[in-house]
Amino acid sequence: MKKTNVIQAWLLLLPALVLLVAFTHLPTIKTIWRSFFSIGERTDTGFVIDNYQYLWEDDVLWQVLGNSFWYLIGTVPTSIIIALTMALWVNSKLKGRSFLRLAYFTPTILPMISVANIWLFFYSPEIGLFNTVLGWFGHDGYNWLGDPEVALTSIMVMTVWKEAGFFMIFYLAALQGIRPDLYQAARLEGAGSFTILRRITLPLLMPITLFVLVNAILNAFKMVDHLFILTKGGPNNASNLLLYYIYENAFSFFDTAYASVLTVLLLLILVLLALFQFGVLERRIHYR
Amino acid sequence: MLRFAKTGLLAGMLAASVSTVSYAKTELTMYYPVSVGGPLTKVVDGMVSEFEEKNPDIDVKAIYAGNYNDARIKALAALKSGEPAQLSVMFSIDVHELMDLGTIIPFDEVATTEEDKKWLKSFYGPLMQNGMVDGKTYGVPFQRSTIVMYYNKDLFRKAGLDPEKAPQNWDELVSMGKKLTKDGQWGAMIPSTGYPYWMFGALTKQNGEVLMNQAGNETYFDKDGVVEALEYWKSLGSEHKIMPTGTIEWGTLRQNFLEQKTAMMWHSTGNLTAVKKNATFDFGVAMLPKNKEFGSPTGGGNFYLFKKSTPEERQAALKLVKFMTSPEQAAKWSISTGYMGVSPASYDTPELKAYVKEFPPAAVARDQLEHATAELSTHQAGRVRKLLDDAIQATLSGQSSAKDALSSAQKQAERILKRYK
Repeated sequence: MKKTNVIQAWLLLLPALVLLVAFTHLPTIKTIWRSFFSIGERTDTGFVIDNYQYLWEDDVLWQVLGNSFWYLIGTVPTSIIIALTMALWVNSKLKGRSFLRLAYFTPTILPMISVANIWLFFYSPEIGLFNTVLGWFGHDGYNWLGDPEVALTSIMVMTVWKEAGFFMIFYLAALQGIRPDLYQAARLEGAGSFTILRRITLPLLMPITLFVLVNAILNAFKMVDHLFILTKGGPNNASNLLLYYIYENAFSFFDTAYASVLTVLLLLILVLLALFQFGVLERRIHYR
Repeated sequence: MLRFAKTGLLAGMLAASVSTVSYAKTELTMYYPVSVGGPLTKVVDGMVSEFEEKNPDIDVKAIYAGNYNDARIKALAALKSGEPAQLSVMFSIDVHELMDLGTIIPFDEVATTEEDKKWLKSFYGPLMQNGMVDGKTYGVPFQRSTIVMYYNKDLFRKAGLDPEKAPQNWDELVSMGKKLTKDGQWGAMIPSTGYPYWMFGALTKQNGEVLMNQAGNETYFDKDGVVEALEYWKSLGSEHKIMPTGTIEWGTLRQNFLEQKTAMMWHSTGNLTAVKKNATFDFGVAMLPKNKEFGSPTGGGNFYLFKKSTPEERQAALKLVKFMTSPEQAAKWSISTGYMGVSPASYDTPELKAYVKEFPPAAVARDQLEHATAELSTHQAGRVRKLLDDAIQATLSGQSSAKDALSSAQKQAERILKRYK
C-alpha cells in the first residue's frame, strides 16, 4: 500500500519534474560545463579557466555590474513604495476608484517593447514630451538617453512606471484580505490613522511585501527588453545591464563561452540574493 | 508502444523518400533579413516566384528571418541542427566570422564558366569590397546602401542659402549649419546610436583614412586622421553648436528631420522612400561632404553560399543568385526599396532610368559609390565593432577625449585580432 503511494506521488510529480529538468536544470548544468570547457566558439579545449580570468580584466563587466547594482537600488524600493501608496489610495472609498485602479494598472498590461518604443519618443530631446514640458518652464531639457549621466536614470524611471502598477495589484489584494474588525478594534482604542497604518496595515502586509520584493529584485535582473529599443546599453555602456551584456556576448559577439561565464555569475548573484531574502528577511516577518 | 513508434518512423521515412522521388526538383532554402520598414518581404516573394516560374526544376523556400542579426542566428542555427540551407542573404560584414565558422564557400568554386566569371565582375567595385577575402568572392551584393545627406530645402531658403547647394565640405557643413541653427532647430544631426561605427566610417573616409585592412585582422582606430575625424564629429556639437551634444538616437532621427527639428541629417539611403512619403516640405538628397575626399561606407546585405550542399544545389543556388542580382530584378528591387541597383547595367534598364529621371535623389547613392569604401568588418566583428562604438559614444558624450578613447579601443582590438594573423 505504502509503496504504491510512493509510486503515485512520483508519477504526479513527473510531468513538472520532466519540464524542470529538461528546460531548467540540464541547461544550467550545461552552461556551467561550457564555461569551463570552451573558448569562444570552440568547445574541445579541455578544462580551462581563461574565461574566468577574463572576468577580472573586463572593464565593461565591472561597469555593467555597477549599473545593475544602481538599477536594483533605484527601481526596487521606489516601485514598492509607489505601489503601496497607490494601493492604499485606490483601496479607500473614493469616487471613480475602479477607473483609478485601471489607470494605475495600464502600464502593466502593455507589452514592454511597444511601451519602450513610445518612451523612446517621450525621451527624444527635440520632439519628446519631457523636454517639451520642461521647455514651458524655460528649461533647456536633457538628452535623456544620449547623456551617460542621465541614461541609466531614464531607464529606471520607465521601469518604475511599468512595475509599480503590477505590484499595486498584489498590495490591493492583500489590503482587502485584512479583517475590518482589526481596524474597528483599533478605532475603539482611539488609534489614529498613522498608528493604524504602522501597527496594523504594514505588519500584515509584510508577507506580501516579501513576495513583491523577491519579484522586484528578480525583475531588476530579468527585464532588459526596453534596452533593445531605448539605448542598446549605451552611450558607452552607461545603461548596460548584466542580462543585456550576456545577450551581447552570446548573440552579437558569438562568444558563447564567455556568455556562459557571465550566466554563472548572474546565477550566483541571484542565489545569494535569494538566500538573503529567505534566510534573513523571512524570519522577521509575521505570518498569520 | 515501441513497435508502434517504429512503424510510424518507417512510414515517415517511406513518405519522405517517395516525395523526393516524385519531385525530381532541387530544393533550396534561403534565409533573408529586412532591416528597413515597408513590405519588402512581398517584393522578395514576388522575385522568388518569378524565378520558380522560369526554373520549374528548382523549388525555393525563402524564409524571412528578422533583422541582420536574427537572420545570421537563424541561418547558423538551422545549419547546426542539420536543417537544409544552401544560401542566405546576410550582413555583408559577417564575412570573416562566417569564414571562421567554416560555413560558407567562395562563389569562385561554383561560378566556373566564362559567363559566370564575367557575371562576378559585373557589379560595382566598392560593393564587392566587403565580400572579397584573399582574392576570392564570398559575398555577392544584393540589398546594399550608402549613407547620404538629407536636407530641408525650405529651411535652406529661410536661412538665405541656395536650396540646390548642400554643403560640399566639412567647413561648409559648419558655416551653413551655423546659419541653419536657431532656437528649436539644429543645423545637422549625425546619429550615434545603433550604428555609430558606420557613420564614423564615412567621416574617416572623408578624412582619407580607412578603419581596417581587407583581411580583417588589423584596425587603424588610433591613426591621426581617424582621431581627427572623431574630433571633427565632436566639435559639431561641443564647439560649433550646430548639433546636439551627447549621442543622437538613430531610431528617432528621421522623425526629427520630418518635424524640421534639424535641417540636415545623415542617414541610410534605405530611408529614402519613407522620407519621400512623409515629408511635408521640399527636401533634397546630397552626397556627404568631403574633407580630403568624398566618402561613405557601403552597407547592407550580401548573398552567401553555404558549404553544406550538393553540387546540384550549389548550381541551382548560383542560378537563383544570378537571377536576383540581374539588372532587371535589381532595378525593380531598387525602385521598390530605395536600396541601390548593384550593377551599372541595372541603371541602364528602362525602368530605373525612368525612375531616376523622375526622382533624381534615387541616383545620389549610385553617384557616391565611386567614393565608397568597405564597411567595418573584421574577425570577431561584433566585439571589435562594439569597441569602436563605445569609443565614439564616450567621446561624443564628453567622457573621454577622442585620442584616449580611440587608442584604448585600438589596443583592445589588437588583443582580440592577435590570433587571426
